[in-house]
Amino acid sequence: MLTLPAFAWSRPQSVEDALAVLAAHPGECLIVAGGTDAVPNLKHRLHEPRRLVHLGGIGELRGIRAGDAGLEVGALVTLTELASHPHVREHFPGVVTAAAHVASPQIRNMGTVGGNLCLDTRCTYYNQTFFWREALGFCLKKDGTRCHVVPQGKRCVAAHSSDVAPVWIALGAEVEIASRDADGAVSRRSIPVEAFFVGDGVHNNVLAPGELVTRVLVPGAAYGLRTSYRKLRPRAAIDFPMLSVAVAVRGDAARIEELRVVVSALGAKPRTLGGLDAIVAGRAHDAALAEAVGAVAHKQCHPLSNVPYDTDWRHDMVPVFVKRALADALGVPA
Amino acid sequence: MSDGKPTQAPGTPPAGMAIPGNRTMPKEDRLTPPVWEGGRAAPPNGDFRMIGKRNRKVEGLAKVTGRAVYADDLVLPRMLHAKLLRSIHAHARIVSIDASAALALPGVHAVVTGADMPTHFGIIPWTEDEQALCTDKVRYVGDAIAAVAADDERTCEEALKLVRVEYEPLPAVTDIETALAHPEWQVNEKAGEGNISKHVRLEFGDVDGALAASDHVVEGDYWYEGSTHAPLEPHCCVAEFDSTGFLTVWSSTQVAHYLHRDLAKVLNLPTQRVRVIQPVVGGGFGGKSEPFSLEFAAAKLSMVTGRPVKILYTREEVFYAHRGRHPMRLRYRTGMTADGAITGTDALVQLDGGAYSSFGLVTTYYSGQLLTAPYALPAYRFDSTRVFTNKPACGPKRGHGSVQPRFAFECQLDKLCEKAGLDPIEVRRRNFIGERTKTVNGMRVTSNGFLECLDAVERESGWAAKFRRMPYGRGIGVAGSMYISGTNYCIYPNEMPQSAVQLRLDRSGRATVMSGCSDIGQGVESVLAYIVCEELGLDLRDVRVVAADTDLTPVDLGAYSSRETFMVGNACLDAARHLRLKIAQTLAERWGVAAGEIVLANGVACASSDPGRFAISVKEAFQWAEARHGTLGSVGWYQSPKLGGEYRGGTIGASPAYSFTAHVAEVECDPETGFVAVKHIWVAHDCGRALNPVTVEGQMEGSAYMGFGEALLETQRYKDAAPGHAFGLHHGPSLLDYRMPTSLDTPELHALIVESVDPEGPYGAKEAGEGPLHPSIPAIANAIHDALGVRCDALPFDPPSVMRLLRAGEARANWERARAQVGGPR
Repeated sequence: MLTLPAFAWSRPQSVEDALAVLAAHPGECLIVAGGTDAVPNLKHRLHEPRRLVHLGGIGELRGIRAGDAGLEVGALVTLTELASHPHVREHFPGVVTAAAHVASPQIRNMGTVGGNLCLDTRCTYYNQTFFWREALGFCLKKDGTRCHVVPQGKRCVAAHSSDVAPVWIALGAEVEIASRDADGAVSRRSIPVEAFFVGDGVHNNVLAPGELVTRVLVPGAAYGLRTSYRKLRPRAAIDFPMLSVAVAVRGDAARIEELRVVVSALGAKPRTLGGLDAIVAGRAHDAALAEAVGAVAHKQCHPLSNVPYDTDWRHDMVPVFVKRALADALGVPA
Repeated sequence: MSDGKPTQAPGTPPAGMAIPGNRTMPKEDRLTPPVWEGGRAAPPNGDFRMIGKRNRKVEGLAKVTGRAVYADDLVLPRMLHAKLLRSIHAHARIVSIDASAALALPGVHAVVTGADMPTHFGIIPWTEDEQALCTDKVRYVGDAIAAVAADDERTCEEALKLVRVEYEPLPAVTDIETALAHPEWQVNEKAGEGNISKHVRLEFGDVDGALAASDHVVEGDYWYEGSTHAPLEPHCCVAEFDSTGFLTVWSSTQVAHYLHRDLAKVLNLPTQRVRVIQPVVGGGFGGKSEPFSLEFAAAKLSMVTGRPVKILYTREEVFYAHRGRHPMRLRYRTGMTADGAITGTDALVQLDGGAYSSFGLVTTYYSGQLLTAPYALPAYRFDSTRVFTNKPACGPKRGHGSVQPRFAFECQLDKLCEKAGLDPIEVRRRNFIGERTKTVNGMRVTSNGFLECLDAVERESGWAAKFRRMPYGRGIGVAGSMYISGTNYCIYPNEMPQSAVQLRLDRSGRATVMSGCSDIGQGVESVLAYIVCEELGLDLRDVRVVAADTDLTPVDLGAYSSRETFMVGNACLDAARHLRLKIAQTLAERWGVAAGEIVLANGVACASSDPGRFAISVKEAFQWAEARHGTLGSVGWYQSPKLGGEYRGGTIGASPAYSFTAHVAEVECDPETGFVAVKHIWVAHDCGRALNPVTVEGQMEGSAYMGFGEALLETQRYKDAAPGHAFGLHHGPSLLDYRMPTSLDTPELHALIVESVDPEGPYGAKEAGEGPLHPSIPAIANAIHDALGVRCDALPFDPPSVMRLLRAGEARANWERARAQVGGPR
């Protein structure tokens, strides 16, 4: 069996305690919630922390609170809880679809909203055992210097693979981050989920080593958006996305007011399609409009060999999945 | 009702018991099992009470409640753990190995290398080309070089990183073309020439003449990518070399007997001082049918340290142990008359064998020999070449050697039917080879229920209303096949039985069956229990099966070639009938009735003429018989009759009985993405007689599932020579990247049992574990053609491949044309 490396273990009972542990062991900690991403990565020696900080004891990170001002989702809410929450099911079906498309029921019972957001980027040359990576000659994301996806690449392009993040972005959601200054004072800030991600596959978010994701906040303005999620995967369960599309639309099929389309499983961060307003604003959904949106997506999205399956085919699937997700959101046949 | 008398007096050694020396081929006067009045198929006590009923498996409860003991559950006092150092190169000379730093690590107890046990071994005695650990050269990424024993696995891993291996990399070949083009880049020095592992060419009848005279000829190239078994349980073993010099190895093997022989050979121990025990095995599918590095390494480390040693492979290592289905490049030419009679087939097959021979000699023959039924092939030629490449060795996977040719051939038939404008089920009927006949390559066919199989899938699938009649994107396809119920040929030449059972009855009313047979989940232990219950009137709970322990059980060759139910079942039936006869004679004497009147059923022994007066419990009957005859025990064994064609290789593929299968698959395809969803597979299988319909259906469903997974999802690829890519590295040796279907992906599987009652099988039974896999793949390919108008001639039929086909050809026009041809009213 693949072994876990040796590590120390902390189980703080509050956000303050967690930040204190992180501050006491700078650069040595890996934060773990459900462990569904961290444990296999530890077994593959992709992370070699001296200490694991388990968030399971922090009660304030649990729970979903819904009101007119929006939706607050604690970082420790499991994907199963998210996908079965009545208010989320009623107002944000795209979130439910995305959460329900993660892996398998067992993993969704363990995996959390915060962990899903902070999911390590994935690459066919990276998510492998130490032996395999050694035979490969390692890669620039871990233990090596070379990118096997982009031969001369200097920047890691491992794929952002969270299912739910593209929907959060489409909804304009924010992520709350807790941090601690040099004097030990704890502060929290919120930034758009879109701004949370950066285009570096080695570490694809803005989280600094001593910081913690505490909540996801969906603004009240997101009510009334029609959302959907489509995921390209060979099997009907287990697989990470080979392409993912989140759609949020204001309006309806007869008149689209605003459209946001987020595509992921391409590079290190999700891509929000640009230039859609000019195509869709004030227009009705029809074949020509769908085709035009699909064409924009095809032009702006470029799948790489970081994810399995033929890249040309995955590129061809971008407009297909965008059109289908759009139709899903509007409740019309694709 | 039979009175169970053998025509041969019990205790008389049958002709041929003496073992002559140096015989390599089965001879006429080999051991002959007893002939029972009424035959083997008849129920012994009037009606079947156990056989044919939906019974539980004897080990089922232990498995579902977590109490079954697998190899990794074993923990012995002072036990060490060990791990193997594996090559990071596809092909390299080992210049030096320095383990001193590893040995110095606290917690490390020993390191062994190839030099500690250099003897070559191999499952086939003619191709012994493997070493427990490589001595001079590594031949694939993952080839084993050294083994470290330590207090725990993590210490082993740390120690492995400290073993310094100096390699001299060599040019590597990872595909058939390169292997043939560069004989000087020799992978395996045991090859006769270049990278040729085995070449077989056999011709039966006038193939060229037959093809020239055909109304329709279809020629095509097919590619079968290969696949791995992926049993849930990774390989695991525990070895203990005790202070008396006796070695015990518990291993997750399908072939305890062959492992026993090779352990003794490689470790240079007397065979009688080695014991192999197979604990409960969590699936094999052919992937555990030969010895592997772990068993030798654990044993050697135990010999060195004087402590028990366990090795458990990681999932990744299971991919490197492999022995999975061979990639095959197949070229077929098949002819047909205008009215649908097959005239002849010409096959050119290349097999990618990986770095070692494994069963490859047999695979090469099987790639041609097993195609000659259920259809009569008047003329047939095959030319098969297996090559060595720098990849994990291929070997036997469920449907060994014949799944790939069957895929190509059944697709060919579908194309011929389209050309001739004939219904593919009707054409398969017209070419039925029949029963009690011989194939063109000299294989004896006994029972044959293939026509009933075709009828069943045609009826249950609603074929007539669907074929060429569904909207674009939906389709239905058919395919047929045959498979062996064991082979008549032991892997190493000898004239001893292929299977044996010792049966003892206790005065407590309990029966114990001892056999070297291997239950890997397929249910052979249950089969033995059912047979004993049927013969002796016992309850299933009153029979204990002791299996696969070379100290306690007589030799059975193991779980491969679908041999267990047929061969050990027959051995058990004989052993049980011998004892039944003794009991019947005892009761008949005491009661003054004929022995033929005695019935043993439902725990009661009685005389059928007056059961009110002459009835006791079976337990008492055992006691009466023990008082009359002494301690009750018997043996039974199986040896197949001499079979096969009179030519070199003519015994390979010869089986005492063949099973037959037909599938219809129904698919829904998405022409915009290339995704194929298989909605239904109807599986009709002639298993002779279903000793337990539940387990037969399980085998049929499991087989169809496995074939479906290979057809659509499973990808067995290695990194190519592109710059920066590790040459010969498996693309993703994990269950995340090697995508087997989940329950959500799996079609509705409809198992339709057909019973032809074979004259030589136990109660008429034949195999059910491998045959039902074969037609899955071509049936799905043919269904995709019916749905989309494209021909999937290369596996897997993944969405990118289907999209390429849709874009390359005139798919829609082909679809319209095929529809116009057969779609009219009949």
